[in-house]
Amino acid sequence: MKITGSEIFVESLKREGVKTIFALPGGVVLKIFDILHQQKDLQVILTRHEQGAGLMAVGYAKATGKAGVALVTSGPGMTNVITALADAYMDSVPLVCFSGQVSTNLIGNDAFQEADNIGLSRPCTKYNFLVKDVNDLAVTIKEAFYVATTGRPGPVLVDIPKDVSMNKAEFTYPGSVSIRGYNPTYDGNKWQVKQAAEAIAKAKKPILYVGGGAVFSGASEELIELAELCQIPVDMTLMGLGAFPGEHPLSMGMLGMHGTYWANMAMHYSDLVIAVGARFDDRVTGKVAEFCPHAKVIHIDIDPTSIRKNVNVDIPIVGDCKRVLRELNQILRATVNGEQKELRKPWLVQIDEWRRAHPLTYEQDQSGPIKPQHIIKRLFELTKDRDPIVATDVGQHQMWAAQYFRLAQPRRWLTSGGLGTMGFGLPAAMGAQAAFPGKLVLCVTGDGSFQMNTQELATAVVSKLPVKVIIVNNRFHGMVRQWQDLFYDGRYASSYLDTVPDFVKLADAYGAVGLRATKVSEVDDVIREALAVNKLVLVDVPVHPYENCYPMIPAGGCNHEMLLSDPPELKKKQAAGVKVAGEDKDTILTA
Amino acid sequence: MEHIISVIVENKFGVLSRVAGLFSGRGFNIESLSVAPTLDPSMSMMTITTSGDDRIIEQIVKQLNKLIDVIKVVDLNESEFVARETVLIKVHTKPEDRAEALRISDIFRANVIDSTPTTYTIEVTGDVKKIEAILNLLQPLGIKEFVRTGRVAIAREPVRPAAAQPKRVAKD
Repeated sequence: MKITGSEIFVESLKREGVKTIFALPGGVVLKIFDILHQQKDLQVILTRHEQGAGLMAVGYAKATGKAGVALVTSGPGMTNVITALADAYMDSVPLVCFSGQVSTNLIGNDAFQEADNIGLSRPCTKYNFLVKDVNDLAVTIKEAFYVATTGRPGPVLVDIPKDVSMNKAEFTYPGSVSIRGYNPTYDGNKWQVKQAAEAIAKAKKPILYVGGGAVFSGASEELIELAELCQIPVDMTLMGLGAFPGEHPLSMGMLGMHGTYWANMAMHYSDLVIAVGARFDDRVTGKVAEFCPHAKVIHIDIDPTSIRKNVNVDIPIVGDCKRVLRELNQILRATVNGEQKELRKPWLVQIDEWRRAHPLTYEQDQSGPIKPQHIIKRLFELTKDRDPIVATDVGQHQMWAAQYFRLAQPRRWLTSGGLGTMGFGLPAAMGAQAAFPGKLVLCVTGDGSFQMNTQELATAVVSKLPVKVIIVNNRFHGMVRQWQDLFYDGRYASSYLDTVPDFVKLADAYGAVGLRATKVSEVDDVIREALAVNKLVLVDVPVHPYENCYPMIPAGGCNHEMLLSDPPELKKKQAAGVKVAGEDKDTILTA
Repeated sequence: MEHIISVIVENKFGVLSRVAGLFSGRGFNIESLSVAPTLDPSMSMMTITTSGDDRIIEQIVKQLNKLIDVIKVVDLNESEFVARETVLIKVHTKPEDRAEALRISDIFRANVIDSTPTTYTIEVTGDVKKIEAILNLLQPLGIKEFVRTGRVAIAREPVRPAAAQPKRVAKD
């Protein structure tokens, strides 16, 4: 029996095991929505903006490891979702986005709400398809999910013209896919793995440098085994947080521009870097010429292009992190013995000295304004027993959250690393909450970032997604302000947010719950109160507006040359009288 | 250093823009590009002339391989190869120059493929040096227009055992 393209779409998604799609309708996808409306297997979450739909799908994918699915209309629907596609592309998130397109006979005619969806999305997707014939639709959807979720995962766009969604075809869903130009390598080269094992056994000061690839491939168990077996400390990138338990004695926390002192020092002075699913991003390497000057580099990555892109690699291994580590552990188990502990002892002692010398600190005056670190640290401490999923936005609060949330499990940390998408937090948290309705999902955000996707509050309330949003409210684009303080003589060009809405009233307006903590003594109570409500809660926390995030490696600086606190001249300026944002606008803008 | 890269791709719409977009998006050079279907009509062969240091060329090859529509990538500079380019040159010829134009085209084994009272259109195929040489000789007569195909290249079959060959040979 022949069925319409829209029915094929729904049936195909069911075959792929999709449960939830994030969607916003429009003219050319109405038929698809009509079919979706008449079935119960797929939950449709109607978002208020297509960027929200895309980012919710990203959050869903990051939390579950399965492909997130978004459905948008042509033209503006498509252009709005591009930020989410670019975000997913940079952070290797499996995403299948369906866009509507004008009918095939109108394509290229500048029809109403027409855009070149394939051309627009080409540089920010792993692959994209235009379906010109309804008979190709099922195969294309199968291929889209296959490409999105295999190899190095990434976003895939499927562009469906209106007539394709209405025309009829026989439905058979293919069982398997074969694409001749796409054959990811999963098993590492055996000889290379052996080389790596030998290098690891010999190294005196090795360090594991773990990125998002370790999370995607589910390599946590293997990582823990390798680290414990060979007594190797573990640095994690922003994307890799959670791949290794944050409170494990060998965990060094995050490295990079705002990484911990000891994580960066260990990286710099190591004699062997074992990169696992990390891509030597400029936020991690700092000045490339002086990156890890004494180290040999082993690089395990499923994407050959990541290897030797930014830094030289001595032992490249192309393959899936989990499989390669398993192989590596097998060799090391047989060859490595108790001597490893002795061999690495001086190195671990050195790291402990670094750890003690410059721990993460902040000064919280009990009667003064709340410090942003304080609210984030308390949030972690009060929620860690519930194993929460944490989404963040982008900026200072993101870096503090990365420093203070020492997560025990992978897939609990949702953040926009590569693209740095402000507005990411709320939708990503909602996507995760849609996947795990019973789980505690937190969103740590800033007043700047939060205002970039505020509209999704409505979605959260209607779709009953009880995310707990904590707004670290400094009335600034804080990271911008920090750079202006450090590198632009404190001229706050367009970083002060003159008017910030009353977030408690805003929550109320959307039918959510709004809370506020203004004193240090209120912090714990407000967090507890928020956790007790089974509804979306917006917690507004006005914080010290001039707090800066340290350690910090200035852009282009070297990894062992960190700023650990405000430079003296900045401190002096602040001591002279803290300007409270909004109190005297002119002073702030011209200061 | 200049490299010629052969790329076998799916013969379908949008593939050229994916390859071109890869080069522009990552700041790689394309000096010339030629595309045509292979004996198997489902595939096309692209010959890309590009340049860069070893690391850039390595990235170009890897990035091309990563494209899903790319089936095979060969950096021809890894072995011996021959490369050719065809140029059509429309030369302005005054009556007293016509014989000279024909002589030059003879020397380079070029063909005159069109003629008007005031022009010859000359077709010449060869390596870069040969084409530069004929252009230099024809220039004084007055070149009205010229168009070149960009290079195509093909690997030579190894005549000696592979191990005995020098690693990189003969860029023409």
